[in-house]
Amino acid sequence: MTDLKAKLGLNVFKPLPAPHIKIKAGMERDPRLKAAVRGCPAGLYSVSETGEFVLTIDGCLECGTCRIACGAEVLEWGYPEGGAGVQFRFG
Amino acid sequence: MEKFEVIIAGAGLAGLAAAHTLAGEGVEVVVLERGDYPGSKNVSGGRIYLNPVRDLFPGLWEEAPLERAIVREGATLMARNRSFTFHYTGSELRAEKPQSYSVLRSKFDRWFSERVEERGGMILAKTLVTDVVRENGRVCGVVAGGDELRADVVIACDGVLSLIPEKAGLRAPGRPHDFAVGIKEVIRLDRAVINDRFNVDDGEGAAHLYVGDITKGLFGGGFLYTNDESVSLGLVISIEDISKEEAAGDAPSLFETFKARHEIEPLIRGGQTVEYGAHVIPEGGFRSLSRLYGDGILVAGDSAGFALNLGFTVRGMEYALASGHYAARAVIEAKKAGRYDAATLAVYQTFLEDSFVLKDFRTFQETPKVLSNPHLFGHYPELAGNLLRDLYSIPARPKSPIFTTLRRHLTLSQLWTMIKDAKEVTKI
Repeated sequence: MTDLKAKLGLNVFKPLPAPHIKIKAGMERDPRLKAAVRGCPAGLYSVSETGEFVLTIDGCLECGTCRIACGAEVLEWGYPEGGAGVQFRFG
Repeated sequence: MEKFEVIIAGAGLAGLAAAHTLAGEGVEVVVLERGDYPGSKNVSGGRIYLNPVRDLFPGLWEEAPLERAIVREGATLMARNRSFTFHYTGSELRAEKPQSYSVLRSKFDRWFSERVEERGGMILAKTLVTDVVRENGRVCGVVAGGDELRADVVIACDGVLSLIPEKAGLRAPGRPHDFAVGIKEVIRLDRAVINDRFNVDDGEGAAHLYVGDITKGLFGGGFLYTNDESVSLGLVISIEDISKEEAAGDAPSLFETFKARHEIEPLIRGGQTVEYGAHVIPEGGFRSLSRLYGDGILVAGDSAGFALNLGFTVRGMEYALASGHYAARAVIEAKKAGRYDAATLAVYQTFLEDSFVLKDFRTFQETPKVLSNPHLFGHYPELAGNLLRDLYSIPARPKSPIFTTLRRHLTLSQLWTMIKDAKEVTKI
């Protein structure tokens, strides 16, 4: 996981004024979120000690895997506002 | 209130292609791009095939910042501890007009957007489109950065999640079955090192695909493309498969394991990773395409689902460029007619049906189903590996006859499975 953090650190990220993806209120234990823990290329989803799914938005590659994998019912999903978030220099 | 003739959401290849064609015909067009600059949100595996789109954009390709012309094709079946590779190359692939190039999209798209601006097209970066504006059921603009912007017609080129067509009621949210996630590192290497390791000259490149144990039986595979001074190394995995409980590890770990394979590691040794990207890829083919037009709106590129995986070739960029171009042509027809309703814009579908775009999607409509056969990602790579091990290895004891070795692997039940799978393959 440290390796992954280091890799994400190579990218250019501009500050996010607010999280653009959120686990919907009351959905923190929804099993559909397991798919994001496995699928997220940035490893941003995890399970807390109390069994709730947690999303850390910093390092988001805006790829959309979690929206496809978990669905719009459990995630409030949007792109960051213009000019924010990851800025690919190679792509 | 601002009013344009055409608003395009998204400065990827589809959006820029549409704007390029429209601006060339003197149509007033603005492209809204959420990134800092066109290309800054765009990730591709990194290979474009020019033949289908060369004539749609005359004069564009000579100066285009493409990476390397692909003159070496390779594919590897990855078994657990061994692999089987073949290469395809030759003087024929070094044609005067190479059919395919590696490409880095942040560089290419930025350059392409400058060509659009030269023609009078407007690009508005750092502007996120969040919704469409509808009046009496027809799309008549977008909401961007909190403001309403009006247009005669909107072209949705907003990428694979297709949120704008979803808002416009043209499609339902994507299902895991129809999409894969691609993860990629761009790894910097000296030009001369790339030339030596991949057996190519300056300006020439290699493309290599990998299938088998690297995805632990899940639909997907790896790729390696040489760029001018870097390689793009990636792994593609079905979102449906990785989501399943029994999936072997998470996506980032699968990528790391792939990268550490002996077939890969020496190729990137000493290289420096300079970027880590990811992108969702449409894999559903013809059956999962979005509706392509509605009243006041057209859909092009990934947003429409225009990507096609045939196993040996994985293509999206030509379909994006061509669909953007034909969307523009449809708008030009609609402008002549003075109407932008669905019936008038339907000519877009006709243009696509007459072109390689929908012809390819129809021809290969069974391909996603055939390629999703799990045998391709586990059984066959292992079989090939085991067979080759026994053919090449020399034991201490006397060696078995070749036919005995073959028969040990190619049993009757094995052959029967192969025949059944081959029958499916006839559909593609």
